[in-house]
Amino acid sequence: MAHVGVSEFGPCTKYSVLHSHLDLTTSTTGQDKTEVNKTNKDWTAQIYAIRDAQDQAAFAELFAHFAPRVKGFLIKSGADASLAEECTQEVMATLWRKAHMFDPSRASASTWIFTIARNRKIDALRKQRRPEPEDLPWGPEAEPDQAEAIGLKQETEQLAFAIKELPEKQRILIEQAYFGDLSHSEIAEITGLPLGTIKSRIRLALERLRHAMK
Amino acid sequence: MNMTDTIKHHLTPEILMAYSAGTLPEAFSLIVATHVSMCDVCRAELDSYDAVGGVVMEDAVTADVSSDALSSTMKLIAASDTAPKAPRRSTGTLPSPLQDYVGGDLSAIKWKPLGMGVKQVILSTSKAATARLLYIPAGAAVPDHGHQGTEMTLVLQGAFVDEEDRFARGDVEVANEDMEHTPIADMGEDCICLAVTDAPLKFNALIPRIAQRFLRI
Ligand SMILES: [Zn+2]
Repeated sequence: MAHVGVSEFGPCTKYSVLHSHLDLTTSTTGQDKTEVNKTNKDWTAQIYAIRDAQDQAAFAELFAHFAPRVKGFLIKSGADASLAEECTQEVMATLWRKAHMFDPSRASASTWIFTIARNRKIDALRKQRRPEPEDLPWGPEAEPDQAEAIGLKQETEQLAFAIKELPEKQRILIEQAYFGDLSHSEIAEITGLPLGTIKSRIRLALERLRHAMK
Repeated sequence: MNMTDTIKHHLTPEILMAYSAGTLPEAFSLIVATHVSMCDVCRAELDSYDAVGGVVMEDAVTADVSSDALSSTMKLIAASDTAPKAPRRSTGTLPSPLQDYVGGDLSAIKWKPLGMGVKQVILSTSKAATARLLYIPAGAAVPDHGHQGTEMTLVLQGAFVDEEDRFARGDVEVANEDMEHTPIADMGEDCICLAVTDAPLKFNALIPRIAQRFLRI
């Protein structure tokens, strides 16, 4: 039987090289966190301003930060400059259109924008359909509470910090996976990622959401 | 379509991460999207891999956008329909991502008989991998189909049992090429599965398993 349970990130010889470094991530100090905070702005207010008031100034702020990152990501993924420019504008327009679906208790702004950019990349570069999971319930009843959103923001910052602290060789492998340069069997070598407790936090947010919408 | 509490067999970390990275063949993306529609355990893990993708994108080398990029984007927004769409959620047996490929729920499936009551239909995806729906009558053996590489099977209705375990609605079995097993559909109900293989599909005629082993086909 070759099935593998989802929570099998535990000690496993295959992943142990990566794992031995990951355990360090739990000892992130307060000082380290402050440093990460400087580079990880919380964009929730801007996305809500677009959702609730079609706020163009808030959109311009998001655009200034994310558009060059989306374009850089698309170029790294194999798009030429003009295709990357065109796709970046479409990704940012999608952000506006789907602002009502943004849920800061399940994804940070950069996570959410990454998923939009990735889907555009599959469509434009790989010329494939992208089957997507069913939508989760959304609406005023499902509005996340602030504590959950703050918790997820902290988890995401710790994840970013843990990835930054990895030895360069392993960090490059992770980047290659997301730029599309690794097959899924190659990815099997690096799944011992520093996910920490972000999974269980998201899981709780999903449970709350399912409960609220019953 | 939330089945989280009863699902016992989940997707592997590498399949979830590859789906998050967007590098899976379409057929594998379909089985991932279908399972995740039913399973919040895998959805939470997938969201975590998306967070890794967000970190990679956040830290990647930036590329300057054109000077009129913002105003061009505002024009795109003005030209598009910005009314929120209702959530896409299935109330039938097949989760939404699968219904998109079938063109409806179970009744829309255009089965092709393979003999002995077994039926299949191949779904239209990119050629790198094959996705098909299999219909196995209650109590019958799942036909062998000579796969190489990875095969994943997701149960949509009924259940099957093999030497190791029982797989019911929502469960995924991940098999590699050297795995020897003989899945048999549960007696209670006809079994419907989504099966995905990464090599092109080989079987056309249904050959009983014992003969197949004997003949080493
Ligand atoms: Zn699962």
